[in-house]
Amino acid sequence: MSPSKTVVRESMEKSLFGKSTKSKVVERLVFALFRLSTYFVLLCAATIFVDIVYKGGKTVFRSEFPFLNVEFLSDSPQTLHVFEHQGRKYEMSDSKFRSFREGIDEPIVTETYAYSGGGIWPCIAGTLLLVAGAMIIAMTLGVLSAIFLSEYSRPGKILNAVRLSILNLAGVPSIVFGIFGMGMFVLAFGWNVSLIAGWFTLAFMVLPIIISASEESMRAIPQGMRDASFALGATQWTTIRTNVLPYAMPGILTSSIIGVARVAGETAPIMFTAAYALRDQLPWEGLERWYDLFFQGVMALPYHIYVVSAKIPQNEYTSRMQYGTAFVFLFIIAAIALSSILLRIRMRKKYRW
Amino acid sequence: MSLVSLRLQKEIKMDTPAVDSQRVDRNRPLIRISDFDFSYGDKQALFDINMDIAEHKVTAFIGPSGCGKSTLLRCLNRMNDLIESARINRGKVEVNGVDIYDERVDATELRKRIGMVFQKSNPFPKSIYENVIYGLRIQGIKKKSQLDETVERCLKGAALWEEVKDRLDTSGLSLSGGQQQRLCIARAMAVGPEVLLMDEPCSALDPVATAKIEELIHELKNDYTIVIVTHNMQQAARVSDQTAFFYMGNLIEMNATDQIFMSPDKEQTEAYISGRFG
Repeated sequence: MSPSKTVVRESMEKSLFGKSTKSKVVERLVFALFRLSTYFVLLCAATIFVDIVYKGGKTVFRSEFPFLNVEFLSDSPQTLHVFEHQGRKYEMSDSKFRSFREGIDEPIVTETYAYSGGGIWPCIAGTLLLVAGAMIIAMTLGVLSAIFLSEYSRPGKILNAVRLSILNLAGVPSIVFGIFGMGMFVLAFGWNVSLIAGWFTLAFMVLPIIISASEESMRAIPQGMRDASFALGATQWTTIRTNVLPYAMPGILTSSIIGVARVAGETAPIMFTAAYALRDQLPWEGLERWYDLFFQGVMALPYHIYVVSAKIPQNEYTSRMQYGTAFVFLFIIAAIALSSILLRIRMRKKYRW
Repeated sequence: MSLVSLRLQKEIKMDTPAVDSQRVDRNRPLIRISDFDFSYGDKQALFDINMDIAEHKVTAFIGPSGCGKSTLLRCLNRMNDLIESARINRGKVEVNGVDIYDERVDATELRKRIGMVFQKSNPFPKSIYENVIYGLRIQGIKKKSQLDETVERCLKGAALWEEVKDRLDTSGLSLSGGQQQRLCIARAMAVGPEVLLMDEPCSALDPVATAKIEELIHELKNDYTIVIVTHNMQQAARVSDQTAFFYMGNLIEMNATDQIFMSPDKEQTEAYISGRFG
């Protein structure tokens, strides 16, 4: 062996060892950073959820049977009366207070707190109605456009422009949709502040999500399915109807539902178009004609949270309403998202290729 | 022959005089391709193809990848219509004397007469039963007895009946690769075609499944005219009556299969068959 070879080997070992120690340190540091970032995100999410569930839970749940605060879930928002009577302290919603006072002769001195009594049932009903209608409109428009984009359209400048505008639509801030909805549906169409104006505003907002998700689902269907159908004498529409849409449906439905669940949480699009701060009647009460249902404003959970947190004087009683409403709202959104996941699992089992 | 041609002409709603089909001799080709130029966008894929495909014969298209054999096959039932950039620059394809690219021809009707089996078996994610009758369902046929009869006849015809008759309601995708391909053949047979186009039907199958399909092709010959694209020259030699060799979009040579494999006219053909290129 020549001496030069030994020298080469030594320096190589040296460099290898040195490098490995250094790179190991870097590796550990970077890895720790990634780990910490992830934990931090988890911590943030956990803080929000625990806070809302803990404080909201106090409003929504009761320690004795039926364990739920039935009044909160079934009554309308009312003024809260806080008073002392014969040495006992009472907290009562306005309607209960009135009937309580009936049987008592002496005057009662009360402190009143707006919006802090009663419940949020009209908001729950309004939000569910808003979500259902927006979803029907958005899915109809979205799926039809996605069929055109994925199956019929020819590549070219127009198609690129359409795609670009859909992408841009997804980036428009929600308040802009709110203003647009007010200008278009509330004022120009003369629908006033109404369910139907809110439906269309929310639907337009969720459209980009539904279109791109539906198109994606349809493109994922192997071309072989379409070819086989064409080769058996099917027209293009027959092929889409029998061999594209059914298999794309799980993807379309789940992403649409999740998209709708997301816009259901938006306050800005409905605050000018559909939401009332307070309304005595439930949406289906006192209708003269059946279609009046569409042309009335409703209360909605996100807007109610906004109203009780920002529009009225704050105190311990309003804070109970805020957290209770937030808790119910989170629960509803989670339920919608969960249902879409269950639906996907079920439909995936049916169609698999 | 005349019966088939009359049926085809009726289906395609052509007013070709009936005397034509009576006068023709029994050796008239079912499909005649003449001076056919075809391109995808700017890229010409087929150059001046002239070819006759005889009825009740198996015709094999062979040649290296990209030689245009699959393209020509897909021109025979107008599957290329679905590709936006596809253009026919010159020439025509006649089936029983009817130019299938005539503007009066309804391509969906044509595809019922000229069925196709694809390289990758593509059963629908439906039951075996529904797979077979798909072509009838979309025509609005609902009569249970007719559908049942079709399923049994076609699955028997595709040599699959014995293997699946007890589980017609299970998914077509639960079958093995070879069974899936036979299911696709049964499905194509259900709409009553005269011609079956097969685009490398065995390329994804193991030798046992391949042998079954080849056996099936031999039997199908009695009822159908078959055009098969294959990469496998032994397969072409085994199943076909006539063979066409393509190279770079040109039809180099077409002849009886024995002739092509024993003593080809062209040197290129011989080189390809003996494995010296391609």
